Amino acid sequence: MRFDARRAVLTLAAPLLAIVVAIIVTSLVLAIAGDPVGTVWSTIFSKPKPRNVVNILNQGTVLYLSALAAAVGFRMNLFNIGVDGQYRLAAFVAAYVAGEAWLPGKLNVLFSILVAVAVGALWAGIAGLLKVTRGVSEVISTIMLNSIATALVAYFLRQVAQKGSNNIHTTDIPLSSQLQGFSLIPNAPNNVYTLSVLAVLAGIFFWVMLNRTVFGFNLRATGQSESAAVASGVNVRKMVVVSMLISGGIAGLIGMPLLFGDAHNYGLTFQTGLGFAGILVALLGRNHPVGIAFAALLFAFLNEQSNALQLKAGVSNDIVNIMLGVIVLSVVIAYELVRRYNNAAEQRKVAAQLAASRQPEEVAA
Amino acid sequence: MNDTSEPNTTAVRLTDIGKRFPGVIANDQVNVTVRRATVHALVGENGAGKSTLMKILYGVQKPDSGTIEVDGRQVSFSSPSDAIAAGIGMVFQHFMLADNLTVLENVVLGAEKLHGSGDRARDRIHELARSYGFDLDPDRLVEDLGVGDRQRVEILKVLYRGAHTIILDEPTAVLVPQEVEELFDNLRGLKAEGVTVIFISHKLDEVLAIADDVTVIRRGRTVTTVDPKHTTARQLAELMVGSELPSPSTESSTVTDVVELSVHDLSLADPLGGRDLLTDVSFDIHRGEVVGIAGVEGNGQAELVEAIMGMRKGTGTVGLSGEDISGWSTARRREAGIGYIPEDRQRHGLLLDAPLWENRMLGHQTREPNRKGPFIDRGGARSDTERIVAAYDVRTPSIDTTARALSGGNQQKLIVGREMSGDPVVLIASHPTRGVDVGAQAAIWDYIKTARREGLAVLLISADLDELIGLSDTIHVMLRGRLVGTVDPQTVTPQQLGSAMTGAEVPA
Amino acid sequence: MTQLLDKATTTVRKVRPTWPVVLLLIAAGILLLALLRVITGAEDVASSGTVRAAVRAAMPLALAGLGGLWSERSGVVNIGLEGMMIMGTFGAGWAGYQWGMWAGVGFALLFGAIAGLLHALVTVGFGVDHIVSGVAINIIALGAAQYLAGLAFTGHPGGGPTQSPPVRPLSTFDIPGISNLAQSLADKHWFFVSDLGALVAGLTTQLTFLTIGGLLLFPLTWFVLWRTTFGLRVRSCGESPAAAESLGVNVYLYKYIAVIISGSMAGLAGAFLVQDASVYREGQTGGRGYIGLAAMIFGNWRPGGLLAGAGLFGYTDALRLRSGGQSVHALVLLLAVLLLFYAIYLLRTRRNQAVAGLAMGVGLLAIYLFTDTIPGDFTGMTPYLTTLLVLALFSQRLRMPKADGQVYRKGAAG
Repeated sequence: MRFDARRAVLTLAAPLLAIVVAIIVTSLVLAIAGDPVGTVWSTIFSKPKPRNVVNILNQGTVLYLSALAAAVGFRMNLFNIGVDGQYRLAAFVAAYVAGEAWLPGKLNVLFSILVAVAVGALWAGIAGLLKVTRGVSEVISTIMLNSIATALVAYFLRQVAQKGSNNIHTTDIPLSSQLQGFSLIPNAPNNVYTLSVLAVLAGIFFWVMLNRTVFGFNLRATGQSESAAVASGVNVRKMVVVSMLISGGIAGLIGMPLLFGDAHNYGLTFQTGLGFAGILVALLGRNHPVGIAFAALLFAFLNEQSNALQLKAGVSNDIVNIMLGVIVLSVVIAYELVRRYNNAAEQRKVAAQLAASRQPEEVAA
Repeated sequence: MNDTSEPNTTAVRLTDIGKRFPGVIANDQVNVTVRRATVHALVGENGAGKSTLMKILYGVQKPDSGTIEVDGRQVSFSSPSDAIAAGIGMVFQHFMLADNLTVLENVVLGAEKLHGSGDRARDRIHELARSYGFDLDPDRLVEDLGVGDRQRVEILKVLYRGAHTIILDEPTAVLVPQEVEELFDNLRGLKAEGVTVIFISHKLDEVLAIADDVTVIRRGRTVTTVDPKHTTARQLAELMVGSELPSPSTESSTVTDVVELSVHDLSLADPLGGRDLLTDVSFDIHRGEVVGIAGVEGNGQAELVEAIMGMRKGTGTVGLSGEDISGWSTARRREAGIGYIPEDRQRHGLLLDAPLWENRMLGHQTREPNRKGPFIDRGGARSDTERIVAAYDVRTPSIDTTARALSGGNQQKLIVGREMSGDPVVLIASHPTRGVDVGAQAAIWDYIKTARREGLAVLLISADLDELIGLSDTIHVMLRGRLVGTVDPQTVTPQQLGSAMTGAEVPA
Repeated sequence: MTQLLDKATTTVRKVRPTWPVVLLLIAAGILLLALLRVITGAEDVASSGTVRAAVRAAMPLALAGLGGLWSERSGVVNIGLEGMMIMGTFGAGWAGYQWGMWAGVGFALLFGAIAGLLHALVTVGFGVDHIVSGVAINIIALGAAQYLAGLAFTGHPGGGPTQSPPVRPLSTFDIPGISNLAQSLADKHWFFVSDLGALVAGLTTQLTFLTIGGLLLFPLTWFVLWRTTFGLRVRSCGESPAAAESLGVNVYLYKYIAVIISGSMAGLAGAFLVQDASVYREGQTGGRGYIGLAAMIFGNWRPGGLLAGAGLFGYTDALRLRSGGQSVHALVLLLAVLLLFYAIYLLRTRRNQAVAGLAMGVGLLAIYLFTDTIPGDFTGMTPYLTTLLVLALFSQRLRMPKADGQVYRKGAAG
């Protein structure tokens, strides 16, 4: 692909602009509330300690997986709002399976991951099937399935939980199946999740599938123009179901690095809300595997750095959620404006070139 | 047409109207004078600039030059509201109706100040409907109405706002002959009540039947205004087409006796439960033959194409090179060698926001040179796009330009080039030169003729009768989902074909 | 897909229930519940306490749904209801503990409206996808409420970063005469009569003016949207903005107004939660914005249907709270029997659906016979499962505004 400097600048300008807008808006909120604006930013943008760097990488990993899951749908105009339910249900079932340890050591890990992928895919597949057979909007059905998943997990968790313990959770994964992680960052007391490799693999898979395979072409074509895709021979119904399955399958992976690298069981304290954050990350990263990676790290960075706010600036770290939301809203607006500007600019450019070559004049209806 | 200079009998006068779009001149020194309480027809080929002119009169677009006079006063419209205030109303070709609202709601919307939105409005609608002979129940949902009734709602909307000049943009394109008759009765009623009607069309028999004056527009300019009583359809057609347009000349026959596409008893039910969209359609196309389908739009041509492409499931059989492909998917049909130039290239033929080389793959993504196993062959696709751009004279800065940025003609040349590649045995060409410039039109005709010489079987659907006659070896006439006759393009004239399309008579 | 839907919407005739039919249906409902109470012995299936609890649970759902209705009737999908509701709870808590609950209601309306304005700005002004904007608003609102709560409530007696100081709730009153009479009837445990009494007693005791005002918003919404010029214009934007614009309707303006009203309704829904709990609490909305949306879809984008949906969801929620397992268990029997009857009714016309209904009915019957109680988690699922079922079975009969969710740019007309 030839490099188009103007396009590249515009593509990068949008997210940078969004971050600037978010900083301004957040500063205003802080100033109005009477919080120390300067201290907040110096805390957030201070150099993270090695321990925090590891946390950022780990958090970024799960956010990345979550965003990929959402992005698969977005690329074909399918809104899988249900990533949240899919990953929690998948993580719960996988934790149960891993805790039962039917297979030894690393095989147990592999098997549990496959189970998670299958559960996530099936749960998302329900929404896909409802859409193609009954015409039910996937937005509504996945929201409903999220809440149903919550109830199911709560119920079954109580069924399988260790009786008599305070913290309700599944059986701990046997030591032989727990993953110690990589000590990537020097001087850090904690490790980067072993299953971060899942994020890398999923990212490569996503990129290759989308940009290099016929299936990915069909998926993108469906997203851009369903009518043109149908005329070109794409079976759109099949595409809807398959992409929901893939999206749900990736969603199934989200909980895995946490499960095997940190929590070792699924309980009430298992991290929630990753699915919705993933949607935002996907939007910020423009549903592109590389863009999402940057977006996930930015989210993780802001989240991690804000933890110190209460201590250092006396400001609630909830301010960072406002900032993340504003970043995403301004970036989608910026992308929309850039898209319209690009279209107009390119049309003008081509028209100018044609006028220069004195083509016979065309008469419009 | 003697007393048009007197302002009290002139409803609308357009003088020296000019309108340019980037790289395109839509109107150039257009002059039209419309007498009050007459039906004034504006005729011209597709893309002659009729619709642009009427959008200018209705305030949707502003003219670059020229003046508009309504009732003798010079006016300047910056929005449709201004035009409405001056007593001008427009009925678009594509209806602007909210299906889930009632007739009453659709009519009063935006004009609630006049008679509210309740009983007074209902009374007024009843009154209008009575005086113009419309039979409409104000409280029915628009979605329950047929096409003819919807059109009456549109006209009622305009009348309700007190319009005394109504623009009808191709009002008969969507109507079947009986409905056309009903519409003409309504128009006569309007005329009798003093309403002026501007009637846009390219169907000459209809124009001659209803109009009091006919203005002919060609390539953005007014040619002349004639009296239909002293004009024949043939004369009108000559005025419309002119002499300088390239004409698709017939060449010596290359028809062989090898059947490539065979359609047998193809029928298609209406998913909405109406009359069947297609009924027992049968025809063969031989290698080296161009078969044309003539018909008023909306008589099943689009559905026929979609059924052959496998996008709609009908009954009957479709055969390709002797094989029954009725049960095949669209993808498989394309792979087997059916090329497809869709009617609406922006909706069905292109990914507007994708680069040209990806558009080159569309519909051919499962075949070489675009595919290697499960993967896309980017190199192959890109170099083949370069080939198409060069061979088919697609004017574009690069193959990374998005399809949206190209002009209609260049978009179409890319599609033609794409569908000609991969050795098709059958080409389905639906309105292949609609909305493209004259240069691209001539080029596309050449490509089709060359391919025919080389043995391609072509199904050509077109509203341009000259195109049909010039390119086809055989023409079937389609009416209400049936093939109602076959004509020989060597001997038929556009006028004969035109009347055959309305079901009048089928010349042998 | 779209073709399938199109077909369905044009072939199915719409039935608009008239008042006698509605009353008859209500009577039939009471009769069924009375039968159920007698057969299963689950007294709380139809007690005045349950009805009261149902009303309390239903009001926030109904108002959130009303918010969705306003927005979607103008063509803007509002997934951000949850966030707007969160803003409402914060506004009610913040103003409520300082100046009383009525001030809280005012600020809930205001804060919800601000969130609505943001949604309108992003979707209408900038043309961003409605779902994207809604999801972002949910996150921003959550963060904003948490951050502001930390600022506003920390250090005040009874308050903290996750909770406001107590808010003095509005005083309640009974409708004199009717409520006592009805309650005494309800206490008699007479078949049907007592059940009717319980319903009336539940609806006439411990009322607040807020509840009454909230209920009045439904006929008001109906009147404004379906009987006024303003409403016609709002609906035309949701049905065919191009047509509206071609007739001189300022599409953007009406969409803005409708979405801002939508936000304030969702905010008011939040105020109901604060009134009920007498405090703002983090996570108080608990996904009720989504249930409101579900109730709106269940109600086919109409106020009456929406109210029925919210009532149904509120009722199941109330049952869960009042001797839940047993009551819901009883309800399963009712559902099983109803499904079986429906399946038999369908048997002649739609064999496939009938078989599916039959299977589900038998399944539910089995659940009823082989269990003694239904876990609370499953009761909580009821609104979501119901909505999914309604969508899956009756999506043909549902009629959402035609241009709902589509980004509209000015100048698309002509």
